[in-house]
Amino acid sequence: MATSTSRPGRSLITLLVVIVLLFGIMALTRTWKPKLGLDLRGGTTITLTAKTIDGTGKVTADQLNEAKNIIGQRVNGAGVAESDITTSGSNIINVAVPGATKESLVSQVGQTALLYFRIVYSAQSLAPAPTPTTTPKPGTTPTPSATPKPSTKVTPSATIKPTGTPKGRAWTSALGQATPTPTPKASTTPKPSTPPATPSTPAASTDPLKYTPDAATQARFAAFKCADKDKQSDDPKQPLFSCDKSGQNKYLLGPAIMAGTDLSDASAGIPQNGLQWQVNLKFTGPGGDKFLKATTAISQRGQGNNLFAIVLDGVTISTPSVDNPIPGGQAQITGTFTESDARDLANVLKYGSLPVKFEISSVDTVSPQLGGDQLSAGIWAGIAGLALVVIFCFLYYRGLGLVVVLSLLAAGLLTGSLVILLGKAIGFTLTLAGIAGLIVAVGITADSFIIYFERLRDEVREGRSLRSSVETGWARAKHTIIAADSISLLAAIVLYVLAIGSVRGFAFTLGLTTLIDLVVVFLFTKPVVTLLARTDFFGHGHKLSGLDPEHLGVERLPGQTKPSARPRRTPSSRKPVGGEV
Amino acid sequence: MSKLGQIGARLHRGEVSYDFIGHRKFWFSLSAVLVIVSLAGLFARGLALGIEFRGGVEYEANVKVTNSTVDDFTNTVKATNAKGLGDPVVTTINNQKVRVQTKPLDQTDIGRVRDAIGKEAGIPAEQVTSQQIGASWGKQIADKAVLALIVFLVLVFAVIWLYFREAKASAAAIIALVHDVTITVGVYALVGFDVTPATVIGVLTILGYSLYDTVVVYDKVRENTRGITGSNRFTYSDATNLAVNQTVVRSINTTVTALLPVGAILVVGTVVLGTGPLKDLSLALFVGIAIGAYSSIFIAPSLLAVFKEREPAMQALSKRVAAKKVQAAKAAAAPAEPATAGAPADAAARSVVQDAPRKADRATGSAPAASTRPMKAAAAGRPQPTRKPRSKRGK
Repeated sequence: MATSTSRPGRSLITLLVVIVLLFGIMALTRTWKPKLGLDLRGGTTITLTAKTIDGTGKVTADQLNEAKNIIGQRVNGAGVAESDITTSGSNIINVAVPGATKESLVSQVGQTALLYFRIVYSAQSLAPAPTPTTTPKPGTTPTPSATPKPSTKVTPSATIKPTGTPKGRAWTSALGQATPTPTPKASTTPKPSTPPATPSTPAASTDPLKYTPDAATQARFAAFKCADKDKQSDDPKQPLFSCDKSGQNKYLLGPAIMAGTDLSDASAGIPQNGLQWQVNLKFTGPGGDKFLKATTAISQRGQGNNLFAIVLDGVTISTPSVDNPIPGGQAQITGTFTESDARDLANVLKYGSLPVKFEISSVDTVSPQLGGDQLSAGIWAGIAGLALVVIFCFLYYRGLGLVVVLSLLAAGLLTGSLVILLGKAIGFTLTLAGIAGLIVAVGITADSFIIYFERLRDEVREGRSLRSSVETGWARAKHTIIAADSISLLAAIVLYVLAIGSVRGFAFTLGLTTLIDLVVVFLFTKPVVTLLARTDFFGHGHKLSGLDPEHLGVERLPGQTKPSARPRRTPSSRKPVGGEV
Repeated sequence: MSKLGQIGARLHRGEVSYDFIGHRKFWFSLSAVLVIVSLAGLFARGLALGIEFRGGVEYEANVKVTNSTVDDFTNTVKATNAKGLGDPVVTTINNQKVRVQTKPLDQTDIGRVRDAIGKEAGIPAEQVTSQQIGASWGKQIADKAVLALIVFLVLVFAVIWLYFREAKASAAAIIALVHDVTITVGVYALVGFDVTPATVIGVLTILGYSLYDTVVVYDKVRENTRGITGSNRFTYSDATNLAVNQTVVRSINTTVTALLPVGAILVVGTVVLGTGPLKDLSLALFVGIAIGAYSSIFIAPSLLAVFKEREPAMQALSKRVAAKKVQAAKAAAAPAEPATAGAPADAAARSVVQDAPRKADRATGSAPAASTRPMKAAAAGRPQPTRKPRSKRGK
């Protein structure tokens, strides 16, 4: 910091430029308020912990991201505006929903996302008229829709590897679990007017491939609207009424023939010599066997009826057709895909290949009133804390207290603008814990001044002149300040990286203010002290400057020539003070 | 205040001092007792874990508290017949809020209980604040906190080692740190304060604070002990003791300025909000910062000195200094004025700085080393103050 020793003005101008620049950006982007956390303005914060279905193994970053997307769709589907979904750590998803929310959102958001393959028994386009007028017969030819998805087709892999050794055991045992549940859940009957018959009696067979919808199910399907989709659960053993994402096609689907766990991988790409995007599927060993069996059954259903649906969260993602049985554990879904269509589908499949369940870890609902109370409490605490520190510094350091006030002001300007701008730039939200971090940081910032001032006084006590003490004291104090601040920063970083919930906001503001403290001490406090030491008031140790001899406990300030004086009586040549000291 | 300034100056010059290192046995014993009491309290009473660690649902609603408030709300909540409700715990906060805690409920019941509480309090259900915590969430938080603690300790050990080039400094700082955390947690166990995630953040932050103080003291120790083996004026302990004395005013000041804002959060958080993260966080910080200041003055430097004095070079230095002092005492005693000579040899060996001649004029700024300087027979055979400023005397 050679410049700050010799040219205090330069440092001060640098800092001024930085502050002006920050406020300039704020003016340009018209952001004057920080982004407040929901604990300060009311709303619901849901923390979900993602786990693999069987509870073992780790959730991968890809899966967590895909899970985040899926939850985003659920929240948006519930019609909530301004929701904010973030991941933290290796398995935590935070959902922030401002305003009052219903409990149903919480359970909806926390559902396990499962991917199933189901046979399509009936498809209907709702695009022209949302209310279907005719009851479709079983096996109705699916109405081609405007969306490109129905035109997809599953084709056997070009590189068929006979690795899919038939493992009949896995096949039957997997399906053996599909014990029939004759009575449907209440939630699966969207219309209470429907006779409480048992529509989905699994026709004496546990094999989903042999399922055929009965008349009652058909009738309920006819009455089903996409808006009702939340009223049924995605039970793999039951048939499902499902819509695609656009809500323009509805499907009557059989029980699940395969689950996402049967997939080992999925990817999107353009095959060699090909032009169209396609999605490549790879099955696990048992999954490949199931797929062979399923495709065998589906392909026998004949053109137009040979569709199966890929369903995630009860929403039909894709309905490819199958012409031939597909052995070998690999397949492609081809069709008129755009690149993003193909990637989306691949992601969904990949995510489903190792499904993740969510545990509701915490749900915090803060009423707007309490939020406002907490905000004002935080602000009052901040003002009170700041005032106390300033009063203390004035009492103890007298005139140097002015330096403390100005430095805290500079730090405040930097902190305020950065918090506001970071809210805009990286979505940093100021929470109650964050405010606490800012207040605690006032103490840390003041600590740096105290280290410097005490050092400065020590130098004077050792017999240096005030001006040289300002420099030598700084040379020593700055190492201490850097070391001490590094420790604070280290604590903040560890807290941030290993953070959960509100810890992050606290750690972030603590780290940010520690950095700002370093900047302010180097670019502001030290230069200001250098400049003040050149003034009469401070440089000659006025009684109120905090650098007067009495205050320092020395006879007189070293290095000052006092032609006239009895040193004991006149601590300052300019302002003689009467009486005993 | 200016009195404090004068004390600071005298401390700095070593005219007055407290023999921190010499009295270390007392302070170590005190700390040992505190740690044992803390551990005993922790194991006997345990911590009062907040709902965040136990799992369950907590509601808060603004309501004018009357004598029957607790009973009214207990009955209201029980009347919902929610599954697994258990015995709801109803408490009032600051005469203006009611808090209801239940066991974990399922989603629909959470809504029903909330509606019931809103009705009883006469406010819309949206005004009822609730917090719902899964059973395993608390364990996750606790696990992460322990992980953060371990990672932090390892990193700090490395950083202090790198900065001071002294593993012993790291070891002493870490021991002091563990001491601080143990006592803080012990205070929580003994007083029965609620432990919430905010408390955990507070405790983890203390680590940074406590070290901050310790690093500043060590920095001074390093400065005072630079090239110490080249002379035979001070032992390592003497130099450390001087360093603690020289930084004690600063330690007090930084602790006060740290406690002032934290105290403000504590008061505002308690008075305005009653409970919540502000109160929990600041309480932990308040307790921890106070203990951290104590340990960085009384424990960490003494530990460092004890560790360093085991080094052969330092032991040799101690012997030389002791011999020197005996010699000096003899030299002082010889010219027939034993009474005014001041220090008995053993006391001098323990603390150099205490024995700085009191007669010396304050203005002359007698150096800490005054009594141990080689004493060529001067006027009265006593060390004579020099009139040069300290900076000119060389160090």
